Amino acid sequence: MSPAMVRLEAVCKRFGDLEVLRDVSLQVEAGQVVCLVGPSGSGKSTLLRCVNHLEKIDAGRVWVDDELVGYRQEGNRLFELPDAEICRKRAEIGMVFQQFNLFGHMTALQNVTEAPVLVKGTPRAVATANAERLLAKVGLSDKLRSRPDELSGGQRQRVAIARALAMDPKLMLFDEPTSALDPELVGGVLDVIRELAEEGMTMMIVTHEIGFAREVGDTVVFLDQGVVVEHGDARELIANPRHQRTRAFLSRVL
Amino acid sequence: MEAIPVRRPGQWLAAVVVALLALVVVHSVVSNPRFEWHVVGDYFFSARVLEGLLATLALTAISMVIGIVLGTMLAVMRLSPNGLVAGGSWCYIWIFRGTPLLVQLLFWSFISALYPTVSLGVPFGGPTLIEGSANAVITPFVAAILALGLNEAAYMAEIVRAGIASVDDGQTEAAQSLGMTRMQTIRRIVLPQALKVVVPPTGNEVIAMLKNTALVAVIAYEELLYTVQLIYAISFQQIPLLLVATIWYLIVTSILSLGQHAVERRVRT
Repeated sequence: MSPAMVRLEAVCKRFGDLEVLRDVSLQVEAGQVVCLVGPSGSGKSTLLRCVNHLEKIDAGRVWVDDELVGYRQEGNRLFELPDAEICRKRAEIGMVFQQFNLFGHMTALQNVTEAPVLVKGTPRAVATANAERLLAKVGLSDKLRSRPDELSGGQRQRVAIARALAMDPKLMLFDEPTSALDPELVGGVLDVIRELAEEGMTMMIVTHEIGFAREVGDTVVFLDQGVVVEHGDARELIANPRHQRTRAFLSRVL
Repeated sequence: MEAIPVRRPGQWLAAVVVALLALVVVHSVVSNPRFEWHVVGDYFFSARVLEGLLATLALTAISMVIGIVLGTMLAVMRLSPNGLVAGGSWCYIWIFRGTPLLVQLLFWSFISALYPTVSLGVPFGGPTLIEGSANAVITPFVAAILALGLNEAAYMAEIVRAGIASVDDGQTEAAQSLGMTRMQTIRRIVLPQALKVVVPPTGNEVIAMLKNTALVAVIAYEELLYTVQLIYAISFQQIPLLLVATIWYLIVTSILSLGQHAVERRVRT
């Protein structure tokens, strides 16, 4: 069996005195879609940000594609990697943010071509052709030259997905991709994510859309107060939660 | 039906007062022969004055370029995760913003008393590449651009820092998540978006710099003010020659203000 795409082993993360993640262990197989659910403040966004080293973990280890993230291990010691190595690793991991974070001074097309050209050295013509293809895929062929402030929230988020895909990532991280959207715009973004799932993209999605998690997720992980309360098959877990806390949470959101 | 606006007699009164005052000022300016307007006319386009004006413009431009480049570097250093680098930037700004520009100008002009020779090489007894007497290297012009440029850098550093702070952290996170390095992120993502906040105060700095170059007169560099001083030292026509300088300063600052508006309008969109 091939090694897992993402592996977390006893990950701990503190912000000052607050323990945000406590001994979190988790595994995501290649091609799997894992949805992280839980009440706000449960640590699910932080968990996601630890996977691409946007947050430094305080203890434990994180592997992506069988390679430690952020550190190099020699014997029993971990050495933090130089910035260039961390950047190389991050380039393999796409991320989509709740607030889109599109580059405000660039058009949709430039948003998508910027990183391949700058980070990977892709020739501009190739990057542009690829960006046009990706923006067409998310249904925005007619918005290539639009600035972020000329786009709706849903359109911005779809540009952000295209931007992440342009780096040809092995793994996609979604941090509440639809939480900042007007209800009528959520569907378009979820459709894009659903299509990626069908193509076999490995994804970790922090979401409050339980219906979407049940439909698209292979596995659901329920977090509360920095611990994995339970995880398992998406349909099974949502239909028959074993823990009281999961049940309480689901009854509130469903 | 006709709508009659409220009458505002106070405004009428104020207008009359202002008009009267203006009339008094204009009358005195025109009728007082000691303004010696014909002398102003004689010198306004004289080769010497124009050379002085050119020197003022050159000082302004060169000092601003030094100030902007060094200031941007200081602002980026200030945000460095390395405490020593950030502290160095803080210390620079502390000294250069905390002392009068006039004093700094004098310091640079007397630098040869402190360091008689200036050399470029490896410090602490290493080989020397270039060496010269400080008096030869630090001419009044060099002292002037050092003082103005290094002082400006401290102010520009604060302006650029405010600009960088105005860019949402999410921009940096998005850039990092795509694999960009810290410097790539600053150069390609953060600084271009900081411009919106940086440009308006920078325009003010350019105008302030033009006026501050007049301080250079104290170290005997022939910019606009010192040039007219040299002329009236011989001709004793202080007032008309100061008017020559004043009008030129006003003309250039007005042009700069117009340019500032045009640039700001472009950056905002």
